[in-house]
Amino acid sequence: MSDPSNARDIDRSRMAVRDEVAIRIIGMNKWYGSFHVLRDIDLTVHVGERIVVCGPSGSGKSTLIRCINRLEEHQSGSIVVDGIELSSDLKNIDKVRSEVGMVFQHFNLFPHLTILENCTLAPIWVRKVSQKEAVETAMHFLEKVRIPEQALKYPGQLSGGQQQRVAIARALCMRPKIMLFDEPTSALDPEMIKEVLDTMIALAEDGMTMICVTHEMGFARQVANRVIFMDQGQIVEQNVPEAFFNSPQSERTRLFLSQILGH
Amino acid sequence: MPGPSFVRREILPERAPPVFASGPVLWLRENLFSTWFNTTLTLLSLGFVWYVFGHTLPWIVQSSWTANSLTECRQQIAASHGPGTSGACWAVIRERYLQLIFGFYPSRLYWRPILAFVLTLAALCPILFTGLPRRLLWLSATAPFFVPWLLWGGSLWGLVAVALGFFLGYVAFRLVTPLVGELGGAIAAGLLPVLWWLFGAGPAAGLMQSILPLGIETVTSRAFGGFMLSITIGIVAITCSLPIGILLALGRQSDLFIVKTICVGFIEFIRGVPLITLLFVASLLLNYFLPPGTDFDIILRVVIMVTLFASAYMAEVIRGGLAALPKGQYEAADALGLDYWKAQRLIIMPQVLKISIPGIVSTFIGVFKDTTLVSIIGLLDPLGFSNAIRADTAWNGIVWELYGFIAAVFFMFCFAMSRYSMYLERKLATEHR
Repeated sequence: MSDPSNARDIDRSRMAVRDEVAIRIIGMNKWYGSFHVLRDIDLTVHVGERIVVCGPSGSGKSTLIRCINRLEEHQSGSIVVDGIELSSDLKNIDKVRSEVGMVFQHFNLFPHLTILENCTLAPIWVRKVSQKEAVETAMHFLEKVRIPEQALKYPGQLSGGQQQRVAIARALCMRPKIMLFDEPTSALDPEMIKEVLDTMIALAEDGMTMICVTHEMGFARQVANRVIFMDQGQIVEQNVPEAFFNSPQSERTRLFLSQILGH
Repeated sequence: MPGPSFVRREILPERAPPVFASGPVLWLRENLFSTWFNTTLTLLSLGFVWYVFGHTLPWIVQSSWTANSLTECRQQIAASHGPGTSGACWAVIRERYLQLIFGFYPSRLYWRPILAFVLTLAALCPILFTGLPRRLLWLSATAPFFVPWLLWGGSLWGLVAVALGFFLGYVAFRLVTPLVGELGGAIAAGLLPVLWWLFGAGPAAGLMQSILPLGIETVTSRAFGGFMLSITIGIVAITCSLPIGILLALGRQSDLFIVKTICVGFIEFIRGVPLITLLFVASLLLNYFLPPGTDFDIILRVVIMVTLFASAYMAEVIRGGLAALPKGQYEAADALGLDYWKAQRLIIMPQVLKISIPGIVSTFIGVFKDTTLVSIIGLLDPLGFSNAIRADTAWNGIVWELYGFIAAVFFMFCFAMSRYSMYLERKLATEHR
């Protein structure tokens, strides 16, 4: 857990939440075979919102954000991302995916490509930008995550924290409107968690719409404007961080918080 | 007794290893004479090597190169190395090596297969070594048209007509795609060339030939033989089986039921049948099914069968590679918005092919060696030719020299492939560089 007391001050000037809706999920259900993973999920995310999703393992939080860019298919209800409804139409799915960046627990960098190539590949092949422009964008974001000097190395030569920052830069190179983080710090050594969280905080300061599945409660307190607690495939409680941590309403939430903050 | 408390004040510098922990003496001691058991094994192995070479080397060296028959060979060896000496009769290779290489190809036209071989090697280079200028890929794209023309000869217009088919396919794709989408474009690009080759190409080439005769002497498939035949079949089967195998492996993983069923059925059927059976089908059975009078070239039939056979094995090798790739790679490619084919081409296949290099090259080597099976259906590959040579009264009874020579040539090619695969693996190793 990163300790909020030693955190730097956050520049909140560009962190305003706007009225436009980025993601609207209505009555969404998902099953794996006969196992009901997500039950009647209703969630509206506004542009500029920073949402932290937490909950015990197996509660469906990863599945929820993986439904938002259709890495997982939902079986009923509707998901509208940036005005596009997710259906089996492949064109729509690719369109949504190019607007939604995703960062994975295990980074999933492409090991056969250099850091720079990892970052330029999708802009060149999906966004159809020129090679030169893609490289400029990539270097811009690599500087933003503070590893421009690693651009010509391969992912295998970088530390876990550096790889995860590259993964963030790679997603940003597509200039996404929404960023999804699927437990971005869970596979990292404690020393490296902070560098990734700092990158995510910087991203939040720029006003990015973010949904983060994470157990970094310090990050949630500092950056999130809403914390969602999930259990058994349902949203059990959601609130602003202050109220969520100080006076959780549900018994499940209280138990969960006491378990992860108790030590 | 000091207490458990300890604080390191400075970090120790790196030091060189002690002298006795490096050098050739250490290598010998560690690898050959580390224990009494290993020492015994080393000595036994040395004895075995001495025994084998002590018997084969004199046979190889005390040989005859000039004789005209096996009997003459034996007389020459007895005369120069004393009676009772057994020596190799390399004279048979000197006399017949051209046949072993070219078969019954007319000797005044030997330049054509040689040029074709050089052209093939040149065309393969830019594919095998990515450091070469990319412009050389034009050579790789045009060689498949010129090489068969050089080997079989015939009208230059035939070559042009075949090439035109590919051009038509490209044009059809560019014209149809904007109208009805990529699927329609792909269908048009597949259909139009086939129609052209079936109905248009022959008459058109004939017409052009009658207006402006251009061409070289035709050589029929029956004249093909020796290593030329093996290499022709081998190279076509190897280069075609990889892309077909990739498509079959992807098809086998497809969500589309019919595509999947066809691919699984094909792979399992071809893998379940011996290559010899397929070759017999190619040489004998196909004639019954084709309309009477159809001239479907025997080498073409064999090449198709060997390619299909190799493709089925290749598909399974590639499937192994696909299974070994972490699921996260697919997800990352999807999450970036890459469509299926782009993800395959840019992310999945480069890694899968790299993982599968040892298996792929094994399949290549296997296919190349399996080309000797065509001798069973009467084609004169090197082994078929060696039987013909041994049937000659002058060389009746000669075995080791012929098979040794054939084995050496095959070994050369296969070893080259194996070394190339190791080079490629080292070059592509990016994980722990």
